[in-house]
Amino acid sequence: MTIIDTTADAPAPKGPADDGSGPLLDVRDLHVEFKTRDGIVKAVNGVNYNVSAGETLAVLGESGSGKSVTAQAIMGILDMPPGRIPQGEILFRGQDMLKMSYEERRKIRGRKIAMIFQDALSSLNPVLSVGYQLGEMFRVHQGLSKKDAKAKAIDLMDRVRIPAAKERVNDYPHMFSGGMRQRIMIAMALALEPDLIIADEPTTALDVTVQAQVMDLLAELQTEYNMGLILITHDLGVVADVADKIAVMYAGRIVETAPVHELYSRPAHPYTRGLLDSIPRLDQKGQELYAIKGLPPNLTRIPPGCAFNPRCPKAQDICRTDIPALVQVTERDGSALPGRGSACHFWKEQIHG
Amino acid sequence: MGRYVIRRLLQMIPVFFGATLLIFLMVNVMGDPVSGLCGDRTCDPATTAQLKADFGLDKPVWQQYLTYMGNLFTGDFGKAFNGQQVTELMGTAFPVTARLTLVAIVFEIVLGISLGVLTGLRRGRPVDSGVLILTLVVISVPTFVTGLLLQLLLGVKWGLIKPAVSPAATVDELLVPGLVLASVSLAYVTRLTRTSVAENARADYVRTAVAKGLPRRRIITRHLLRNSLIPVVTFIGTDIGALMGGAIVTERIFNIHGVGYQLYQGIVRQSSQTVVGFVTVLVLVFLVANLIVDLLYAVLDPRIRYA
Repeated sequence: MTIIDTTADAPAPKGPADDGSGPLLDVRDLHVEFKTRDGIVKAVNGVNYNVSAGETLAVLGESGSGKSVTAQAIMGILDMPPGRIPQGEILFRGQDMLKMSYEERRKIRGRKIAMIFQDALSSLNPVLSVGYQLGEMFRVHQGLSKKDAKAKAIDLMDRVRIPAAKERVNDYPHMFSGGMRQRIMIAMALALEPDLIIADEPTTALDVTVQAQVMDLLAELQTEYNMGLILITHDLGVVADVADKIAVMYAGRIVETAPVHELYSRPAHPYTRGLLDSIPRLDQKGQELYAIKGLPPNLTRIPPGCAFNPRCPKAQDICRTDIPALVQVTERDGSALPGRGSACHFWKEQIHG
Repeated sequence: MGRYVIRRLLQMIPVFFGATLLIFLMVNVMGDPVSGLCGDRTCDPATTAQLKADFGLDKPVWQQYLTYMGNLFTGDFGKAFNGQQVTELMGTAFPVTARLTLVAIVFEIVLGISLGVLTGLRRGRPVDSGVLILTLVVISVPTFVTGLLLQLLLGVKWGLIKPAVSPAATVDELLVPGLVLASVSLAYVTRLTRTSVAENARADYVRTAVAKGLPRRRIITRHLLRNSLIPVVTFIGTDIGALMGGAIVTERIFNIHGVGYQLYQGIVRQSSQTVVGFVTVLVLVFLVANLIVDLLYAVLDPRIRYA
């Protein structure tokens, strides 16, 4: 299994090629900005991460941390303009997708990399039947006939366990419940058995019991097809069960990377610490819930130094001037912790107390 | 669906009677219908009385209305004062106007929607601004100016078209009049489509369609247009009625003997039978066009269901 690449000046803990084939997707120093009336919004500022087949990467962060924008850049569905990718590489199976033509990228979308969106009601076309929308994948990418595509659509609906798939294939999205609609989104992403699925907050619009069902289904199908999965979320509870590794984003940068359980037990960044402390816990019922003070930064005017410094309880002078690089996190004795990185000047104090 | 159609058809009955009664009363208020029959001179009282008795105009208005409606249901729309059956006038006028309307609607659909999609997808670019200004000009200039100008330039100065349309009024003769008739609506269709397309182009389901790796053409035709055309269809549907009856100016300019021409003649000659008859049919056209638009909604948008 590979781990998240750290920035250039950090020692790469384990080469991405150690499983023989290299990572499925490798995002390198990705920058995305948007031109707006108020100036240039720097949504993503040098993101590095990679995902291998069968692996789940959870990208964690508040709204506006750049997690969705990164995903959209990978899919190639950013609105450009106003969006722009001034630098960076997105390698899919070793090939830089940013250098591909529109047609080449289109053929990867849906077939090799698929995406599950947050709000299934607005993300499905209201005037086309779900059978048509599912079948479209086969008709466009594999040239199947209308009839064969519909049969495949029914299969798909069965596979994501939509009851009475045959009867419901001609129904429209508004006729399904929220959980069923999200299953249809998942089915659509799975249709061509892609290598990588990006799930952008797939359970945010659902209630808690349905959330669990949908996540279980996703995890199960992922194992079955040995797909890579990028799970974008702000829900730490969802992450713990399914993810292999986590990347925490803040103001368009990755501030901490770690294997999932290590992050929970020993965070190496004050922001991660804050996020973990903000999870409501049963044993603290009745007490005031912790919250990270302040607001996420305005992306047109990111604070100098560490973007988190105005909200950080441990901020010192250096945090207001120098941008901390994502560095390898080590044990007290200096032995590297595999897959761990932190972009904090004081990560040692954070992790080792 | 079936019940809905029946209910709508039943609702048409009171609308139909109300509308015809109003027209009937208004035409009666217009003036003495007999006075126009003796040319420029006033008729002598004896002739007037004779004519009034012949046409049943000496009876009270409500009785006239009932007689008229009674005749209507036997297919008798009465006579114009020149002795021609009104149904005969309709028989020649409606096909001509229907052709003219058809030409105009085709212009609206083909040109209006294409321009709307083009500008909607290129919002803020020079094409968009150019078309937007053009539509503004077309909307602000009255039809008779556009009509007369085109007639003068294309017909008289450059001789590209015949300035007047022959009584046969074939489709190729009606191209320019059709464009003139459609011009204002065409500009509205363009703007309506543009706004709708630009709004829907940012919709989540369009993003999904892109993420599915569909070709751009398919995204636009299957996903974007289908959703964007709902308001446009409403507009064009109701416009059919308006174009059928509102062609008076265009038909006058190009000397087309259609509904507008006959209505104009009827009003000028105070031929109440002609006016009431034609307007009655136009009311029906409006009602049916509206019903078809409402039914089309359900076809275009499955979220709308009629019961």
